[in-house]
Amino acid sequence: MSTATVEVPALPEVHYLNVNYGWRSWLFTTDHKRIAWLYLVSITFFFVVGGVAATLMRLNLIEPQGSLVEPATYNKLFTVHGLIMIFFFLAPAVPTVLGNFAIPIVIGARDVAFPKLNLLSWYLFIAGGGVFLYAVISGGVDTGWTFYTPLSTTYVNTNVLSAAMGIFISGFSSILTGLNFAVTIHKMRAPGMTWFRLPLFIWSMYAASLIFILAMPVIAITMVLIMLERIFHVGIFDPALGGDPILFQHLFWFFGHPEVYILILPSMGVISELVAAFSRRRVFGYSFVAFSSVAIAVISFLVWGHHMFVSGQSIYAGLVFSALSFAVAIPSAVKVFNWTATMYQGSVSYDAPMLYALGFIGLFTIGGLTGLFLASMAADIHLHDTYFVIAHFHYIMVGGAVMGYLGGLHYWWPKMTGRLYPETWARLSALIIFVGFNLTFGPQFILGYLGMPRRYAVYPPEFQALNVLSSAGASILAVGYVIPLIYMIWSLRYGPIAGPNPWGAKGLEWETSSPPPTHNFHETPIVTEEAYAYGARQEAHVA
Amino acid sequence: MLIFPLKPQQASTFSVAWDHLFYFLTAITVFFSALIFAAIFIFAIKYRRRSKDEIPRQIEGNLKLELIWTIIPALLCVVMFVWASRLFIENSIPPAASTEVFVVAKQWMWKVQHPEGPREINDLHVPVGVPIKLTMTSEDVIHDFAVPAFRIKRDVVPGMYSTEWFEATSTGRFHLFCDQYCGMGHSHMVGWIDVMPQDEYARWLTSQMQAEPMAAAGQKLFNQLGCDSCHAQTGPKGPSLRGIVGQTIRMQNGQTRLVDDAFLREAIIDPQPIAGYPNVMPTFQGQVSEDQILQLIAYIKSLGGPPERKGTKP
Ligand code: HEC
Ligand code: HEM
Ligand SMILES: [Cu+2]
Ligand SMILES: [Cu+2]
Repeated sequence: MSTATVEVPALPEVHYLNVNYGWRSWLFTTDHKRIAWLYLVSITFFFVVGGVAATLMRLNLIEPQGSLVEPATYNKLFTVHGLIMIFFFLAPAVPTVLGNFAIPIVIGARDVAFPKLNLLSWYLFIAGGGVFLYAVISGGVDTGWTFYTPLSTTYVNTNVLSAAMGIFISGFSSILTGLNFAVTIHKMRAPGMTWFRLPLFIWSMYAASLIFILAMPVIAITMVLIMLERIFHVGIFDPALGGDPILFQHLFWFFGHPEVYILILPSMGVISELVAAFSRRRVFGYSFVAFSSVAIAVISFLVWGHHMFVSGQSIYAGLVFSALSFAVAIPSAVKVFNWTATMYQGSVSYDAPMLYALGFIGLFTIGGLTGLFLASMAADIHLHDTYFVIAHFHYIMVGGAVMGYLGGLHYWWPKMTGRLYPETWARLSALIIFVGFNLTFGPQFILGYLGMPRRYAVYPPEFQALNVLSSAGASILAVGYVIPLIYMIWSLRYGPIAGPNPWGAKGLEWETSSPPPTHNFHETPIVTEEAYAYGARQEAHVA
Repeated sequence: MLIFPLKPQQASTFSVAWDHLFYFLTAITVFFSALIFAAIFIFAIKYRRRSKDEIPRQIEGNLKLELIWTIIPALLCVVMFVWASRLFIENSIPPAASTEVFVVAKQWMWKVQHPEGPREINDLHVPVGVPIKLTMTSEDVIHDFAVPAFRIKRDVVPGMYSTEWFEATSTGRFHLFCDQYCGMGHSHMVGWIDVMPQDEYARWLTSQMQAEPMAAAGQKLFNQLGCDSCHAQTGPKGPSLRGIVGQTIRMQNGQTRLVDDAFLREAIIDPQPIAGYPNVMPTFQGQVSEDQILQLIAYIKSLGGPPERKGTKP
């Protein structure tokens, strides 16, 4: 809001938020933008639940003998935390909120390919989440999010069945969402929007959708097998019944590793958008970034054994999995280099979404590099199942994926609501999150190197200092997450009117009004230029 | 004095080699993180937006750069892969001269048996400077035998034997952790490795008075359970077990199997028909504990001498 001569933008008269009112218009909506809101509210709720569990865990770990809860309770806390954060917060976060809202607009479509299916996905998600919450409230579950057998099938007597059922049901939600997005991206692009004119967010979402479609059925089947063994004592995994416990790990991680790329790929797509928009530059090496998403999606299906180097898998299998894990690191590195290069000689602004994007690049780099330790067979011997692993995947999932989600949410917030969030608060909280995050999870690398095992409710006293540091960091992190929650809600009503393109960014979504009309565009847009065409005269330099 | 250590104790031959690999990986991590952080900071400051409508010069990309930052990391990955895999493979085979110790895990304790007889719980006494080979199994769920000071770790899986080995290089007490989540008492499943000077260890072994060597305990079981009725040297029904360990035997379905710990365990729990014998061996699943199976195996292994049966070949 610089000079007084600037015309004050006004909200459009009719837009998707005010076409009709009442709970029916929301719960029976087939508008992808409203469905995005349904998801936003649901996953925020789950994030809070998972966050409360994390807070209790960090409080407990302040003292070696456990300052708050019994080990049995602690075990339930980390199980519930892990399952909620993975299945009910992070996996749906970017796809179902930002993807649902932005994909159709970004490609110039009126809606997704199957709007009713899209609503059904949300209901399945809520049904699965409800069943899972029932499992939590009626006693909890304490298998760890990995459900390792025969512990989960024979030995624990908590609510494994209902928890598995919840995940089973919500799995269908993800499959349908993936299907919907893949078809939408294939079939609904505006005239002139060729594959290589697509913004990179779409490429990432496309790759992630493929993983949804291929990996989620595997976890659904695995959950069914667990239920079969638990209820009918069919010997699948428990050696006492003639089963094979290692088989479970193969099934679980065949899903589980692609799953972690479901978590990160969509955020990588967001980062490409942010870096381009806030550097006013076409993403450096567009096609390399695009194909690296596809490469990651494909290779991610072939590396599951890196979770099993010390589990009794054969050495030859281990060698193959180790080599492929290194292979998947390379397209990830390519992305990081290209994002960084995009800023070179750009016009870099420090708006909050960009701060999140820069945080993402830094933290994802650390998370990715520490992944190389775990891909190295010998190094993994000592580090496996210690806090080093916890630190590694939080750097990827929280430092990376959650940062990307928050960055994207800030970026598209003016489009979703028509209003701006308070920029100063937003920058401040991005900074607080960055600092709090590093304080929380940085010390855990050292803890793991020292040998502290994960999933310990009590621990030897020599690990205390670092645990206290980590818990202190977590309290800062918590503040960083609460501030956006408050100002985002505030801005819904009091935020300054944004206007169609507050960032001066390129892309179809910035050409329609904020908020957009129900069918996104008054006239079907026709695309004549490539994505991120910031240059007035489009010259291709080879610098 | 720091309030917390920055490095785990280094107390085994493997931990030295492991640390070298770790330092290398750490150096790579620090270098590339610093590179990216520096680039971000420099670009963000140097190319900050100076006017609201600024449009920078557009750069499409640069093939040479793309190749450089694909190939250099790829080469480094090859180095890491080769180094780490070699170390893993070298360390996967225990030296032939290892002293054997047997570990049975259960919720939530470690039970240890020495061949000489002593049994311990959540404690393992070993001599310094001698390679120790652990043969491990679980009575219930998956556990994991991890000793950070030795940089070793291995899942202990029910229904099979897993092995790991170490050679301690300094005396003292070192933490033993269960590293695989195994239910309620997981974080209480910790113990100690006591590394003693060799002469002290020898005294410790003999001081464990009532201890009966595993093979002797196994022999008693062998007779109690009636194994001898079929497997005595002269017994007509079952094969002689003398000298079979390390042999390759033919099964009725034509396959050949190497007789090792895993095979012997399976032969007792889930006997498979062996060529040349009536298929009469009963299963002992549920009648013998994992500890007892280990004792039976120790006894069978103690039956030296040349193999005296048909169907074996060295
Ligand atoms: C009723 C007779 C009988 C009894 C009792 C018996 N076994 Fe056997 N055992 C056999 C026969 C027969 C075989 C050959 C496998 C087959 O064809 O079923 C065998 C095979 C084995 C083998 C396979 C190794 C080889 O030589 O090929 C082992 C080891 C073994 N028995 C150990 C035991 C032990 C230990 C016990 C007591 C706990 C025991 N057996 C009790 C009859 C018996
Ligand atoms: C925001 C997204 C987050 C995701 C996706 C996530 C994911 C996970 C997962 C998958 C686990 C493993 C659970 C298991 O071992 O069964 C885990 C463990 C844990 N997380 Fe998070 N987490 C998130 C945020 C946080 C935050 C903000 C904190 C701290 C304040 C935190 C602290 C912990 C702790 C203490 C553990 C348990 C470590 C252990 O005992 O093994 N997490 N998390
Ligand atoms: Cu993985
Ligand atoms: Cu355990």
